[in-house]
Amino acid sequence: MVKKKIKDEWKITPYEPIGVVAAQSIGEPGTQMTMRAFHYAGMAEQVPTGLPRLIELVDARKTPKQPIMEIHLNKKFAKSEKKAMEVAHRIEYLLLDQVAKVKEDLGEKTIVITINNDEIKYHGISVDNIRSKVRSFFKEKDVRVTSKDNKIKIVFGNKNKLIDIRKVYIKLSKLHLSGVKGIEKAMVIQQNDEYIIFTSGSNISDVREVEGVDTARVFSNDVKEVEKTLGIEAARTVQVQQVKYVMDSQGLYVDVRHIMLLADAMCFDGEITSIGRHGLAGGKPSVFARAAFEETVRHITEAAVTGTVDRLQGVTENILIGQTVPLGTGRVKLKVKL
Amino acid sequence: MVDLVVDKKIGGVRFTVLSPDEIRKMSVVKVTVPDTYNDDGYPIENGLIDTRMGVIDPGLKCRTCGGRMGTCSGHFGRIELVRPVINPLYSKIILYLLRSTCPKCHRVILDEKDVDKLKAELSEYEAMEDEEKEASNLVVKFKTKKLKGNVCPHCGAKQPEITLLKPTTFYKDKVAMLPTEVREWLEGISNDDLRLLKIDPIHARPEWMVLTVLPVPPVNVRPSITLESGERSEDDLTHKLVDIIRINQRLEMNINAGAPQLIIEDLWELLQYHVSTYFNNELPNTPPARHRSGRALKTLAQRLKGKEGRFRYNLSGKRVNFSARTVISPDPRLDINMVGVPQTIAEEVTVPIKVTTWNIEEVKKYILSDEYPKAVYVIMPNNHRVKITEHTKQEVIDGLIPGCVVERQLISGDITLFNRQPSLHRMSIMGHTAKVLPGKTLRINPAVCPPYNADFDGDEMNLHIIQSVEAQVEAKELMEPHKQMLSVRHGRMIIAPNEDHISGAFKLTYNAVFDKVETSYLLSVAGITHLPEPDVGDKYSGKLLMSLLIPEGINYSEKTDFYSLDKEEGQVKVENGVLVQGALDNKSYREIGEQLTYLKGYDAGREFVNRSTLLGLTTLKIMGFSLGYREYELHDATQKKIKEIINNAEREIDAIVLKYKNKTLKRAPGLTLKETLENKILEINGKTRKLCGKIIENAFGPDNNALIVAKIKARGSIVNTINMSAMVGQQSVRSKRLTRGYHNRTLPHFLPGDLGARARGFIPRSFLEGLTPVEHFFQSMGGRDSMVIKALRTGRSGYMQRRMIHALQDIYVSDDLSARELSGKIIQFIYGGDGLDPTYSMYHKYV
Repeated sequence: MVKKKIKDEWKITPYEPIGVVAAQSIGEPGTQMTMRAFHYAGMAEQVPTGLPRLIELVDARKTPKQPIMEIHLNKKFAKSEKKAMEVAHRIEYLLLDQVAKVKEDLGEKTIVITINNDEIKYHGISVDNIRSKVRSFFKEKDVRVTSKDNKIKIVFGNKNKLIDIRKVYIKLSKLHLSGVKGIEKAMVIQQNDEYIIFTSGSNISDVREVEGVDTARVFSNDVKEVEKTLGIEAARTVQVQQVKYVMDSQGLYVDVRHIMLLADAMCFDGEITSIGRHGLAGGKPSVFARAAFEETVRHITEAAVTGTVDRLQGVTENILIGQTVPLGTGRVKLKVKL
Repeated sequence: MVDLVVDKKIGGVRFTVLSPDEIRKMSVVKVTVPDTYNDDGYPIENGLIDTRMGVIDPGLKCRTCGGRMGTCSGHFGRIELVRPVINPLYSKIILYLLRSTCPKCHRVILDEKDVDKLKAELSEYEAMEDEEKEASNLVVKFKTKKLKGNVCPHCGAKQPEITLLKPTTFYKDKVAMLPTEVREWLEGISNDDLRLLKIDPIHARPEWMVLTVLPVPPVNVRPSITLESGERSEDDLTHKLVDIIRINQRLEMNINAGAPQLIIEDLWELLQYHVSTYFNNELPNTPPARHRSGRALKTLAQRLKGKEGRFRYNLSGKRVNFSARTVISPDPRLDINMVGVPQTIAEEVTVPIKVTTWNIEEVKKYILSDEYPKAVYVIMPNNHRVKITEHTKQEVIDGLIPGCVVERQLISGDITLFNRQPSLHRMSIMGHTAKVLPGKTLRINPAVCPPYNADFDGDEMNLHIIQSVEAQVEAKELMEPHKQMLSVRHGRMIIAPNEDHISGAFKLTYNAVFDKVETSYLLSVAGITHLPEPDVGDKYSGKLLMSLLIPEGINYSEKTDFYSLDKEEGQVKVENGVLVQGALDNKSYREIGEQLTYLKGYDAGREFVNRSTLLGLTTLKIMGFSLGYREYELHDATQKKIKEIINNAEREIDAIVLKYKNKTLKRAPGLTLKETLENKILEINGKTRKLCGKIIENAFGPDNNALIVAKIKARGSIVNTINMSAMVGQQSVRSKRLTRGYHNRTLPHFLPGDLGARARGFIPRSFLEGLTPVEHFFQSMGGRDSMVIKALRTGRSGYMQRRMIHALQDIYVSDDLSARELSGKIIQFIYGGDGLDPTYSMYHKYV
């Protein structure tokens, strides 16, 4: 494709208050957005889209309502559904009580695990597998583990007190069988002759360790987590991509430049900063600007005890005291009085 | 003579704590009398409206500066408190200081190492340039957590546990401290130590936070109002000050009389209460001070705080003169840049005209005139304002010299600002040229409705008349609607033909053929003066007429939604400015206009919108275009088909519900059985709606106006048509089927636990057939839900936008096209990565 030359008149005009323009461009369509959450291809969890998700993004919440991952697989696993399922099972976090019934009998001092055959088939795990997991759980303890068919029986020795059995029982029910912590569900979906895995729940660093995962193509919608594991640049990219995705999925087109400006402003400090009271808007150097935003009295009293000087550089400050704003046409002066 | 602009700018504003000395120095009167006026209605000496603190009565003179109401801006007085009280606004900071310093030696509880470290940090900060200081973003956060150690590293004294019972009571090891004790402690903290604690001791000695003298604001700050009955009503602040003085006096009397300590402390606490509520009447653990009527008083903090506070209500936004507001109505014959202004408004508002040697004759005409376009005031070079009347007329004319300013009534051609709230983006205020018209409404071309989000169901809009040449030029150059035609948000056309314009353009370009008379009429409306060669025999096709408005160089080829009804006309083709094929719909019409604006400029775009919309509307006038009951009526056969579909759907739903009840329904992965059921039913509903749509489309065909307007996106949608002709369909609350109402059922008309379609809000009837009472009730449930959601959404998104604007408002593009904050931070090295204006971000599509 021939790269078209950008004409000079298409360039942005200096002094243009591009921050306000960006805020308006993202905020104005907000009134037209829906509030509903949508179902992610058969997942029980509702993934927020539209306005709630947008607010979540600009607030830079620590944990989004529903983190999602999109995991691509390397060549060996991406081509067949069966192979992809294998990886999915390795990723999905599975606890013992999800596939089996665990019952304690304090009188007999036993615990019986009844494995549900349908469930283990569904989750791609074998009885042997579970058995060895249980065995290693009881290593070096005064117990005897026996098993028959889909039943595992644990008989406690006399040294164990009843309260210990109770404690063990609780721990055992939540025995980790397979998968990555934080991933509640993993599903295989075909996308452009490639099988990929969608998960609800997000854990980038651990998922990348799983065999079969293409480490370079692990995506998460949790901006904070991306920031922690992959760094601020990656977080910025995800922030832009997520805001854009929200807009696009509502059929509201917003130029990326606005979204990028928002993301860049949020990333300025080297970490994702929210826009609200505790973030960008509340962290301005100007006392007036902060006072006009929220928590008026607090900002004024704190400024007084620190003897802060407001240098009147920003927009709000100058409006408050009745001066022209140092932006746009307010930035240039006429030499001759009209 | 040329006046050069001299700018005076405020360089900065410092915030400090007032010291008692300062309060006394700036005070002009010691207020001792807890009263306002005496029986003659004259301010009491040393009372709260002592005339030395300024005057608010028209007849009186300020005894401090001699000024009168309006010229004297007021002077502070003071109240000497007999016992110190804690300023509640600073109680958190006092707590911080008490916890950070030793009660015995008053030094910071930090060892030398930490002190040195802090000192180094501070001196580094001091050494910074001012700009760097700003950028270092030192917004101090005070932590009231105790510094380390239980023993003072300097004198070895054991550290007490200091707690604050909000708002103003401090406890030292659970023993209440008197304000005097607190004040003495704070006095003992050295300036050097305060600097370590991030407190500026020059401007805020901590003992100043415990008040010994209270400043009394000038009367201008707390004006009393005279009611119609002649009764005086004092401001809330005055009321509060009366309370303070009264208690202060009682406390003094009791101390002098040697009253028991208990009584003194009670009164002291009462004084603290009144001073506290004087500063902030919404303090925790404190009942708000109330007016006689029971209303909570609005004291200092309340005056500043929140949406109706000083900052947001009076400082960030200001009331203006030279503005007007009324209902708006459409006038498609107005240029998109114009606003129709009623004569009554034009006579009321004025435009200042500076008299020069070149316009003096014209200005004189306005002064002499007795009727509408006349001058109302003349401002002489010495700033005297003279009203023009029969008597003053001649005098004014004689004295009129260049340099005078004449305020003339608004006339057609003046530029004004036009605004509709909520102002969500910059296109919510645009610079329209006034056109004075008869009538009582403000009028705009309906094509400029989208940027304002206006309609004509009673909307009102604001008109501002610009009062300086500089601003007029700015409005003309930057704010005229046609210059906002492409939205900065996405570079698409936002001032564009809509609704009837599109129907008109469609009708015109679909299959319309006009004879010579009609063509001449159409073209004259569109402002085209020459008649083209006829192209259909001796007649003219609509496509030909539309092509006359499209300049050379425009090419377009795209399928429209109408393609499904008409393969030939559903394919729009413009070749070098000639519409060779297809009937325009919303998208193609808009995109042709968009391309034209990109290639030929804003003026061409404006011309195109102005003319082509008129052409379309006139087409509708000639050909007629309406829609009524008939467009929605179905043939018996179609009716039957639709009923069958609906019956099938209901049967399907019943079957699934039965399966669910028998527990034979297969659970979908990750869902509960109930969720599976609901999902399945929703699926069926969607499918049914789609089927109905298809049948209706086939039954109505390309001659049905209702279908046409939906297909070309002029008005309404297929769903509306389905609702009216086929079925209203499933109603929902919170995007689920209706469930609420009675126990296990929506209405008593159904059996408890009925999960069938009709019991859960499915309406198998069309609006044309009419709804049963139950169905109508269901529809109202859905209707209310969407109203509630809408109200919720506007609030949420409004707040989000406010936050975003506050966060980003200082970002601008610098000369080098970098995006910077006014404080100096660089946000992007080149704006957007390429320095391109988002307005033109669609350039690749058209150029």
